[in-house]
Amino acid sequence: MIRVIIPYHLRTLARTGAEVQLEVDGPITQRAILGALEARYPMLRGTIRDHVTQQRRPFLRFFVCEEDWSLEPPDTPLPEVIASGKEPFYIIGAIAGG
Amino acid sequence: MSKVRVLAGTKKGAFILTSDGKREKWEVSGPHFAGWEIYHLKASPVDPNRLYTSQTSGWFGQIIQRSDDGGKTWHQPGTPPGEPTTTPDGMPKGESNKFVYDTVAAPLTTHQFYDGTQHPWEFKRVWHLEPSLSDPDTVYAGVEDAAMFRTTDGGQTWHELAGLRGHGTGAQWAPGAGGMGAHTIVIDPTNHNRIYTAISAAGVFRTDDAGKTWQPMNRGLKSQYMPDPNAEVGFCVHRIAMNAARPNVLFMQLHWNVMRSDDAGESWQLISGNLPSDFGFPIDVHAHEPNTVYVVPIKSDSEHYPPEGKLRVYRSRTGGNEWEALTKGLPQQNCYVNILRDAMAVDALDKCGIYFGTTGGQVYCSPDGGDNWAPIVRDLPPVLSVEVQTLS
Repeated sequence: MIRVIIPYHLRTLARTGAEVQLEVDGPITQRAILGALEARYPMLRGTIRDHVTQQRRPFLRFFVCEEDWSLEPPDTPLPEVIASGKEPFYIIGAIAGG
Repeated sequence: MSKVRVLAGTKKGAFILTSDGKREKWEVSGPHFAGWEIYHLKASPVDPNRLYTSQTSGWFGQIIQRSDDGGKTWHQPGTPPGEPTTTPDGMPKGESNKFVYDTVAAPLTTHQFYDGTQHPWEFKRVWHLEPSLSDPDTVYAGVEDAAMFRTTDGGQTWHELAGLRGHGTGAQWAPGAGGMGAHTIVIDPTNHNRIYTAISAAGVFRTDDAGKTWQPMNRGLKSQYMPDPNAEVGFCVHRIAMNAARPNVLFMQLHWNVMRSDDAGESWQLISGNLPSDFGFPIDVHAHEPNTVYVVPIKSDSEHYPPEGKLRVYRSRTGGNEWEALTKGLPQQNCYVNILRDAMAVDALDKCGIYFGTTGGQVYCSPDGGDNWAPIVRDLPPVLSVEVQTLS
């Protein structure tokens, strides 16, 4: 089971808590996790990555084991601790603005 | 007993304000979508419990919300609460927030940017939602960067009416200070195929074929910023308004100048008359008196607050040129709020009520056509839009 931590405003959209748990098929990558997240919570489509280009929205970042993976290729396999569910995959909104 | 329901969009959520026909005591519901910018929310005129909301965020993009019970509960139309989030064949729902330019019908081009260079068209947000006058599932959306979209399935899917963006003058369109948004949509109640839109800064466009083709309607407009006095487009129109009983007459708050058209937008005449400033954003028309028009003068485009720190609505009972200040109940000293373009509305009660919201978080109501004013609420986040429903 993959664990994903999502920011406050996405929790209210998805009507869920901070952490969601997902079944993800195949290699555990950022693309696979985001695809599973959007399939489980389709109201989040377009809020994390662009509908068409699938590019990450600029004010969001992805963190894994306290490291910023936002600029890593989306198909790079994530560490085993993510695949095993020991550590969560973090989607974090930039702390900026009002 | 009649009721009114005021729909206020703010920088940090939506609020619903309800009262009986006296419009003295109000109930406040909200914030809905707390923390999100609500550019606009509006009800279907044929199903008053059907509301649509534009919820937006610089972080998370554009969301469309719909209520089928007058604002008590909300859902994104593609994913109703309690229903499976995938179709029977496993495909995810949730297309309701997808606004993608129709690049087959009109290739993506560029528009003029603030520095005069050309800039690519990029979708940012929905500024205005205008429900159809005949079908609760059909809604028009004016968006930034300027274009118009339409849903015919209650907000589940949106498709661009690409004839507007593809009109051919797009390279001359430029953003106003708030962006390049299609912000006004007015449907002719006697001919639903005739729709007006206004874009900052491009001007007014009209379609007579339900959105397939559009023509600029800016003859007579003047701008100190434009060297060509006969320019077809490029005008920073702030808002247009119509009284349903006289659909060929339009009133306009231009960037500077208040204007009027008596021929469905074919030509415009200046009606600023004795206004203390003819800069402003909102304009509206009395529900029962087609010649009674309301504006809120703002000092200038550099100083977005009322002249002399006095919040005054100006009313013309003569269709323009002769204006009177309405001040009773409004602050007449140290007031430096602004009233944005979509933040004024009128109800349809016998004694027509006038409403407006301010960037200071007040929503004011006049239950008697502007003679007397009182705040419904004083301390909301900055108000972006105000609409009102008259309910039986």
